Amino acid sequence: MQTIVMHRWLFPLIAVFAWPAAAADMDLRLVIENHRFVPAEIRVPSGKRLKLLLENRDASAEEFDSYELNREKVIPGNSNSFVWIGPLKPGRYAFVGEFNAATARGTLIAE
Amino acid sequence: MFSTALIVFREVLEAALIVAILAAATRGISGRGRWLLGGVALGVLGSALVATGTEVIANLASGIGQELFNASVLSLAVVMLATHNIWMTTHGRALAADAQGIGSAVRLGEKKLAAMLIVVAIAVLREGAETVLFLYGISASAGTGAMLAGGLTGLLGGVACGYFLYTGLVRIPLKLFFKATSLLILLLAASMAAQAVGLLIQAGVIADSGVALWDTSAFLREDSLPGMLAHGLTGYTARPAAAQVFAYFTTLVCIIAAMKLAHRLRRRHRHRPTLSAHQVRLSH
Repeated sequence: MQTIVMHRWLFPLIAVFAWPAAAADMDLRLVIENHRFVPAEIRVPSGKRLKLLLENRDASAEEFDSYELNREKVIPGNSNSFVWIGPLKPGRYAFVGEFNAATARGTLIAE
Repeated sequence: MFSTALIVFREVLEAALIVAILAAATRGISGRGRWLLGGVALGVLGSALVATGTEVIANLASGIGQELFNASVLSLAVVMLATHNIWMTTHGRALAADAQGIGSAVRLGEKKLAAMLIVVAIAVLREGAETVLFLYGISASAGTGAMLAGGLTGLLGGVACGYFLYTGLVRIPLKLFFKATSLLILLLAASMAAQAVGLLIQAGVIADSGVALWDTSAFLREDSLPGMLAHGLTGYTARPAAAQVFAYFTTLVCIIAAMKLAHRLRRRHRHRPTLSAHQVRLSH
């Protein structure tokens, strides 16, 4: 008991690092087609860890980029990828395809 | 064209700031120009290779190859920067003497230059591979002319910023110069460690609470020019994850502790007449 009390400050760190990384609560899919995200608006539950599947159907590479989600990942042309996100607070999180930012825009809504 | 230039500028800026800091930090080591340019060339070559192999890398390790590759490369750079800073705490003064043309050429630096070549190559590679992919896409959709115009404008802008940083740094009086460059390198190492952790979170290797530790985007946006500079120089992120902040400060503390230790050990064994001669002259 004594040691647990002494190392109380370790708990947040252990919580951060020892969370089972594979425990996805649910999977979500975003398709990139003609340099646009489909769907452009995606609703997700807040407070859950999510594996966001990214399917690039264009021939050229795209970069999924979101300052709000603090994520950035290149998806080669005609291939599948994913990023882990969450658990999110309720709110709107914008994302863009950085390589085609004029058309590839979307919003993730956590509720 | 403007949007192309902007994206290229952002990527080049990050690499250019790092190269500028390292160019300043290696001042006084003979032959550093060749090594730094070699690093840039190696980085550009690596960028083309990595861009070509993006699909292969991405599919490694069940889809997290990109993150693992970038995180490993960043970790290597952190180690190189840390050892450079520790080494500079004991050799900095001798190099400063050389920068002023006092004393004979200091050749101690050759090994360190090899390490800096690797860091420069990594910095260029990290930003370069993305840029190559992006420009390839632009040339396919908007034509090679638009790609070259945007790409070169962005490149020039980024390189110019790096150049300004370099000329600003070398104008700092010598007494402060090593403090300034070692501080910048310290922040660079911490920033890279935090970025590596960010990639591992995204890949699901490190689990994270998901909630940013703080949000300063209302105060300084990451996609504004000041935000980009702050990111390039200090690793500023508007919404950092807890594990990223932890990695940042752990890296800072560890390197500072090692620097202090190296400095103390050095003082205990200081018996080199040539070095003290330089120090005496420098103090005037």
